[in-house]
Amino acid sequence: MIKCKNVAKSFDDKAVLKGISFDITEGQIFGLLGPSGAGKTTLIKILTGQLSFDGGEVITLDKEIEKLTGEDKRKIGIMMDQFGVYERLSCSDNLKIYADIYGIQYSKIKEILQYVGLGGAEKRSASKLSKGMEARLRLARVFMHSPKLIFLDEPTSGLDPKSMQAIHKLILDKKKDGCTIFLTTHNMEEAAKLCDKVALLNEGEIVEIGKPSDICLKYNYKKKIILRLTSGEEMELSHDATSAKKIYELMQENTVEAIHSSEPNLETVFLEITGRKLQEEA
Amino acid sequence: MKNSMIIIKKQLKDTLKNKTILIQFILFPMMTLIMENAIHMEGMPEHFFTKLFSIMYIGMAPLTSVASIISEEKEKNTLRVLLMANIKPLQYLMGIGVYVWSICMMGAVVMAIGLPKQDILMYLFIMAIGFMISIFVGACIGIFATNQMSATSLVMPVMMVLSFLPMLAMFNEKIEKMARFFFTQQLKLCLNDMSIMGHSNETYIVLLVNVIIALLVFGLAFKKKGLE
Repeated sequence: MIKCKNVAKSFDDKAVLKGISFDITEGQIFGLLGPSGAGKTTLIKILTGQLSFDGGEVITLDKEIEKLTGEDKRKIGIMMDQFGVYERLSCSDNLKIYADIYGIQYSKIKEILQYVGLGGAEKRSASKLSKGMEARLRLARVFMHSPKLIFLDEPTSGLDPKSMQAIHKLILDKKKDGCTIFLTTHNMEEAAKLCDKVALLNEGEIVEIGKPSDICLKYNYKKKIILRLTSGEEMELSHDATSAKKIYELMQENTVEAIHSSEPNLETVFLEITGRKLQEEA
Repeated sequence: MKNSMIIIKKQLKDTLKNKTILIQFILFPMMTLIMENAIHMEGMPEHFFTKLFSIMYIGMAPLTSVASIISEEKEKNTLRVLLMANIKPLQYLMGIGVYVWSICMMGAVVMAIGLPKQDILMYLFIMAIGFMISIFVGACIGIFATNQMSATSLVMPVMMVLSFLPMLAMFNEKIEKMARFFFTQQLKLCLNDMSIMGHSNETYIVLLVNVIIALLVFGLAFKKKGLE
């Protein structure tokens, strides 16, 4: 569905992307993780044909990006990280613009607003929506023409946990419908929850790529099992048969409160590789 | 054409809720109606306020509204979203241009209410030319400006020159000499005798040069910056 090979991009003298390579297969949710300023939005712009690149090869919808036709672009839906809605217009009027562009009947607008949880807010001006509702409206616009490939640039940035969860559900629903989703985020929990594959981007370079759980396991140097006992005590055990026996005994005594493994999360992995936090400001 | 119509429709809905733009369109037509009916002084030229406000309308409304619409859409990312939905930059600009021109022409029709019937067509023709040039100038500013703030700071001096020079030229000969190089002053001369014929070659040359400059700057701005 998407293939990037050695993609490079510079602005003036500053290299923003340095030889980016990855591929995304149909139906996958691909997460691009990185702190602000890592080059995530630049990469989205390149993959969607909004920005030219200096070197490498970009395939989107199985076609070279330069060869995408208007019809191909109809199969793409993009949600940018900021604004993108007409604040003075109502939710319904916002969507009517795109219904006109894509030749979709107005009757579908109510349906799509219901789907994203904005049923009843059709007439409400976009400026009066909460941040979470605005994000849903932007998603409604993206979903309206049923794209096959969806780009979401920080879709949950700045949202409360409830709104975030609602957006996650919508994204997972789209995956079930067979859509391929390219997601940028600096929220590692979000990436781990939603993505089939993630790439960690730092200063224009992919420093790690793979399945979130595989990446975490790869950096699990400690290989320890941590037990929390009912007494409040914590025990660290190694990955071996002796530990298995010990755990068995403790469980028989009913003294085990919780068992954890020592593998790091994506945030820790990123910090270890780059020395930077994912959520730090550029 | 279909996409430009979508932009026009969108803009119409948006303007009705955008007081800043709306006021640009209705301020001078309203003022013309009020002043022409309220103030009658001996020795005052006929339709003085209509002609004066018409030139100010040309120099302000299309210029500020086009620049403001484009820069706001750039600032709020809505333009990017439209372009990604496969609206071509020229379709967008055409939609905005045609929309602003049409609304301004409606304003001009209101301003023409008090004019003698035989002058109305000529008046509208002169206004139409003025709006067109002003729209191109506004589009150049909208293209160059990255946000509404920078658009306003670019619009203000241009608007002052185009709108106020013809008025100040009535009182000062030096200003009049300077104002001659601007299309608004030449259009004011046309409005004074409600004709575009019978003027010196200067009128046609200045109008032509102004149109060429507006088109050239627009072309260069668009080529250099597009709608990014």
